[in-house]
Amino acid sequence: MSQPMHYQPTTGFAERARAAAGDPALRRGFRGAMDFLQAKRLAQFPDAGDLSALRDLGAAIRRHALENLPQLLEQLEAKLVANGVQVHWAETPAQANAIVLAIAHRIDAKRMVKGKSMVSEEVGLNHAMEAAGIEAMETDMGEYIVQLAGEGPSHIIMPAIHKTRQQIAELFAAKLPGVAYTENVDELIKIGREVLRRKFAAADIGLSGVNFAAADSGTLCLVENEGNGRMCTTVPRAHIAITGIEKVIARLDHVPLLNTLLPRSATGQAVETYQNFISGPRKADELDGPDEVHLILLDNGRSQAHADLQLRATLQCIRCGACMNHCPVYARIGGHAYGTTYPGPIGAIISPHLLGIGATAALATASTLCGACNEVCPVRIPITEILIRLRNEAQARPAAAGPLRGAGEARSALVSAIFRAWAAVYSHPALYRLVTWAMSRGRVLTPRAQGAWTGIRTPLIPAKKRLRDLLAQRRRQ
Amino acid sequence: MAHDTRSYPQKPADAYLFATCLVDQFAPDAGLDAVRLLEREGIAIHFPEAQTCCGQPAYTSGYPDEARAVARRQIELFPEAWPVIVPSGSCAAMMRHHYPKLFAGDPVLEPKARALGERIFELTEFLVHVVGFRREDRGEPCTVALHTSCHARREMGAHETSAALLAGLAEVTVAQQARAEECCGFGGTFAIRHAAISEAIVGDKVASLRDSGAGRVVSADCGCLFNILGHAEHQDRAAGRSEPSLPGEHLASFLWRRTAGEQQ
Repeated sequence: MSQPMHYQPTTGFAERARAAAGDPALRRGFRGAMDFLQAKRLAQFPDAGDLSALRDLGAAIRRHALENLPQLLEQLEAKLVANGVQVHWAETPAQANAIVLAIAHRIDAKRMVKGKSMVSEEVGLNHAMEAAGIEAMETDMGEYIVQLAGEGPSHIIMPAIHKTRQQIAELFAAKLPGVAYTENVDELIKIGREVLRRKFAAADIGLSGVNFAAADSGTLCLVENEGNGRMCTTVPRAHIAITGIEKVIARLDHVPLLNTLLPRSATGQAVETYQNFISGPRKADELDGPDEVHLILLDNGRSQAHADLQLRATLQCIRCGACMNHCPVYARIGGHAYGTTYPGPIGAIISPHLLGIGATAALATASTLCGACNEVCPVRIPITEILIRLRNEAQARPAAAGPLRGAGEARSALVSAIFRAWAAVYSHPALYRLVTWAMSRGRVLTPRAQGAWTGIRTPLIPAKKRLRDLLAQRRRQ
Repeated sequence: MAHDTRSYPQKPADAYLFATCLVDQFAPDAGLDAVRLLEREGIAIHFPEAQTCCGQPAYTSGYPDEARAVARRQIELFPEAWPVIVPSGSCAAMMRHHYPKLFAGDPVLEPKARALGERIFELTEFLVHVVGFRREDRGEPCTVALHTSCHARREMGAHETSAALLAGLAEVTVAQQARAEECCGFGGTFAIRHAAISEAIVGDKVASLRDSGAGRVVSADCGCLFNILGHAEHQDRAAGRSEPSLPGEHLASFLWRRTAGEQQ
């Protein structure tokens, strides 16, 4: 296994982005996948008015939950405990991993099967388990593929979207004993399923994520398409669910509306194949289900986002991935270039709370602010406004830096000086007139090499006469 | 978005032009053609000499103090209650939607910014909804591709008004292009800061504009135009072509030439 990738994302971002954008196979793969997902989503929302109304409701449900977050978390814990679920609180990834390990040691567990969970990626759970001698096996087909390849997911919904069928065929033939090379997708899935089926039967712990945690009933809702989530949460002796504190919602009857938005926005499916509603361990008179169910609620910087009324909207996210599917930047560089657990537009606004403003400053600027993400977000997160705010925080003067971790760390003396000079010219009309007059008069002296601009474009050269000169000339005529 | 519900005034006798820094310095003909188009409709156009830039470069680069220093000077430039017409969807969106956020909490400037925002109109929006622009197309038949900037599209609804103006030209065919709604990769300082990504995006945009079969691209935003045309021209030079393979211009210039009967 490779090291988790969520360290120092800014370091090397430009190099990774350049390499990815210059990789024709990667570009073709992501372009094709994004076009496919965009078309599927659009087909699910034929009526713009209906979609707009649904998004209003989705946003209202999530905002309401975040406005009442402390109370709802307390209510959720009380309800879950009453249902027989053990609730654990983790402030850091290390604490989350320690909680899982303590459970594993107590029940003498050696093998874990995992349903898809981005929070488990966020905390580096697989590495922590491996280090403790516990096998942690991904069972979502895409996650299984990237685990086998020693990689991380490149998309929050479709983890192996960067891999071609041929690459998966080669991977299976190389890594799985007795498996012959085949590019037949059905056969590849069958091969994977046969491996995983045996793992489900032998596992001591099933680990899963959570899509929504309903506070009024103490129910963990989990949606999936492969049935592996249901296996992970019902077959092994213990089920451990792990999620961020923001996933709580006030009421179980908010789930249908959110589930109307989630699969349609994510994969363009009308409904997920499996919807799991987990409200406790196996009862005495029941045949199936785990002996114990745990929920780990992770903070890891989310409280920082929650404390700020503008940045709080970041936590509305229901992790559908529509923002990355529609992002012109993500489509060009894929998920790995970001260097964070969560890539794309949502990754650029959530990662600063997990890793610090300074460490993620390059991600906030890696956006044209085109607003395609805002337009498709099912819960109306104003992503580009938050990106602008994060840029402000990253460049903040030491005196003006707010309480956000890493604020001001990306301030550059050179760029600050350029913008101070720019503001001096553009806020003094007489100076502006003088400078632009000189630029147009001296246009032959305009440098033909204009840094990155002229790497792929012809230079920008001032016109012979400014508009104000043309208008003055016209008035005189 | 605001444009869904916006109510439009009667055609005024007077209006301001906020030309934008790019038009003033780099594309003055587009500004002059916008003035001609509007004056022909009987609107007296006033150009406050103290105007500079809307402040967007600093606003999107993490320098809100510098953006405010520039923006507050623009807010003071339009004392009469006339409409302010901006031949750029991106700068219009900045003044209409982002000035109130930039000055949020300022007891004097926030209300002023809001009041000004109500009077800001993107040029094509103004021509369609306020002027009711209808002029005979006097040009030769031609095919063009339309590129609408992301802010013009998503914050001003100008993709519809730009398309409506072209649809009103009898001899002009608008070519279909793949992913018309996708960004061109300009993004202001993004084009410099993340040059490799910008290059990948604008490369695709130019390819899809070429593939559309249109011999010409028009846009109501100069930032996108400089990015797209600059890249196409760079490709031409690399290939040793002396004539531009993908020429283009501001929609105001195209519209003026077609309807004034001037030569292409």
